[in-house]
Amino acid sequence: MIRITVDGEPVQGREGQTIAGVLVGAGRTAWRTAQTGGRGVFCGIGVCHDCLVSVNGVEGVRACRREAVDGDRVEREVRP
Amino acid sequence: MRHVAILGGGPAGLAAAQGALAAGARVSLIDEGDRLGGQFWRHHERLTDPRLQHAWHRFERLRGALAGGGAQVLVGASVWSAEASVDGVRLRAVVGDADGDGRSAIDVDADAVVVATGAHDLALPVPGWTLPGVTTAGAAQALAKRDGVAVGRRTVVSGSGPFLLPVAHSLALVGSHVVGVHETSRMPALAGGWLPRPWELAGKAGEFVGYVGALARHRIPYRTGSAVVRVLGRDRVEGVVVARLDADWRPMPGTEREVACDAVALGHGFTPRLEAALALGCAIDGDHRGRFVAVDDAQRTSVAGVFAAGEVTGIGGADAALAEGAVAGFVAAGGALDDPRLRGPVAARRRTHAFATRLERAHGIRPGWTSWLDDDTIVCRCEAVTRRAVAERADVPLRAMRLATRAGLGPCQGRTCGRAVEAIVAESGGAAASVGFDRRPVLAPVRIGELAALADTDPRT
Ligand SMILES: Cc1cc2nc3c(=O)[nH]c(=O)nc-3n(C[C@H](O)[C@H](O)[C@H](O)COP(=O)(O)OP(=O)(O)OC[C@H]3O[C@@H](n4cnc5c(N)ncnc54)[C@H](O)[C@@H]3O)c2cc1C
Ligand code: FES
Repeated sequence: MIRITVDGEPVQGREGQTIAGVLVGAGRTAWRTAQTGGRGVFCGIGVCHDCLVSVNGVEGVRACRREAVDGDRVEREVRP
Repeated sequence: MRHVAILGGGPAGLAAAQGALAAGARVSLIDEGDRLGGQFWRHHERLTDPRLQHAWHRFERLRGALAGGGAQVLVGASVWSAEASVDGVRLRAVVGDADGDGRSAIDVDADAVVVATGAHDLALPVPGWTLPGVTTAGAAQALAKRDGVAVGRRTVVSGSGPFLLPVAHSLALVGSHVVGVHETSRMPALAGGWLPRPWELAGKAGEFVGYVGALARHRIPYRTGSAVVRVLGRDRVEGVVVARLDADWRPMPGTEREVACDAVALGHGFTPRLEAALALGCAIDGDHRGRFVAVDDAQRTSVAGVFAAGEVTGIGGADAALAEGAVAGFVAAGGALDDPRLRGPVAARRRTHAFATRLERAHGIRPGWTSWLDDDTIVCRCEAVTRRAVAERADVPLRAMRLATRAGLGPCQGRTCGRAVEAIVAESGGAAASVGFDRRPVLAPVRIGELAALADTDPRT
């Protein structure tokens, strides 16, 4: 079991899951704000860049490609 | 000793590594994923059900061959530059956490390279497809097979090709209720593609029958000549409109019906990841309906020392990728195509190519799909460019159209929308498409700071 925070809220996941896997597993579908509204995972393999988040202060991380680490601070990105 | 670099650690790249080792070469295998296996093998000991993987023993054997042969394996390594010259090839990569800010640089210089970069889903636009809850079929599959999670509680799968069947099965195994699988192609096309010469399909036919049985056990309806033509919802998916289609994939008026769901998985085939092959200078065959790296029967591209295998050369599934990879690696290492050790892979490749031809005949995209778009449907997801904006500029050269509309100029660099934009341009009377959409100066995302640091240390500048 691992714990990360998403915009300050705690979210639990399983060790080894990607950040996208943790978020989808927790029932979340949108974690980025784009011109057309919320976005989350689309391609699942690092191609589409829909799933970008900030992780521990570093912007532009593809949530579907980054393995979640206990204590990660994930934040929403707003990119019109 | 000849040094063979292999770009991509999916079925094609793994088989190429094994082939090159067998022919006596030194091997370096590079993949940006955290683990080997590509899009096909994703089992995670702690997270996933082994029933979600196929031919896992084959993966273990390949992994064993790599370790036994002393191959250099670089994972978490994104190749951002690939160059070929008379002296050989050079691949440049950054290694570390995906999109991390502290990655290190590594260059691999080799005598030959096998490009095995695979493919990604081709999901055609549908009104409403930017709503959260819509994913590609491959994403639903990857999240199930890698992370053990379902993209939704009630999922509708729509698109074309046999890949939709394992996707629906995986979704059911991770606990999603699959409301239906909508295969866009109609029965006559499916029968025309799949029924003749059944003996060519030996193993494949059994595989499909297996999936059809699995779908029946999970009570998942499979409908042909039917597709999701609209996604409904305000802030996220709340349902879809499905309709029956004619042979050209035009929705038939009066057949629309609403279905409630919270997730939609779309997949209309696959698009090869051509950028590395293009950077190396390889010739490309085909048009906007399908464009692949051109190879001869030894998997040689048009550039000396550069080979290609797997889905960059045509969409034929994992078995085709394995067979082509075995040939490519062996010949890249200096082995001969008529070596008795290649007899098995060469025969397997013949079978899988027959399969690929049928796949295209039965499930290939038909031009009528654009009629399910509205004028204001977003085609380019990154830059929110509508179908109307693309169609209005169809008569100017592709480059100018992209600069004017920004289609394909966002973070994904046209990977997601490229084929759809080209289809809309073609249908609106625009100039014939070219490889424009597949040419990307930097092959994988690298941070500006990283790039600057890498340029400073380039030994040749
Ligand atoms: C999301 C997805 C899920 C799929 N799931 C299945 C499935 O469950 N069952 C099935 O039968 N088929 C599946 N497929 C189809 C699949 O493409 C083929 O069956 C098979 O994996 C093709 O093998 P390959 O070796 O050609 O390519 P891949 O398996 O795609 O391997 C290519 C590898 O190249 C690497 N790569 C690409 N560019 C770079 C770069 N610049 N730097 C470093 N590494 C790079 C990638 O990380 C990848 O690991 C899936 C396809 C997709 C897109
Ligand atoms: S979902 Fe496409 S890049 Fe992550």
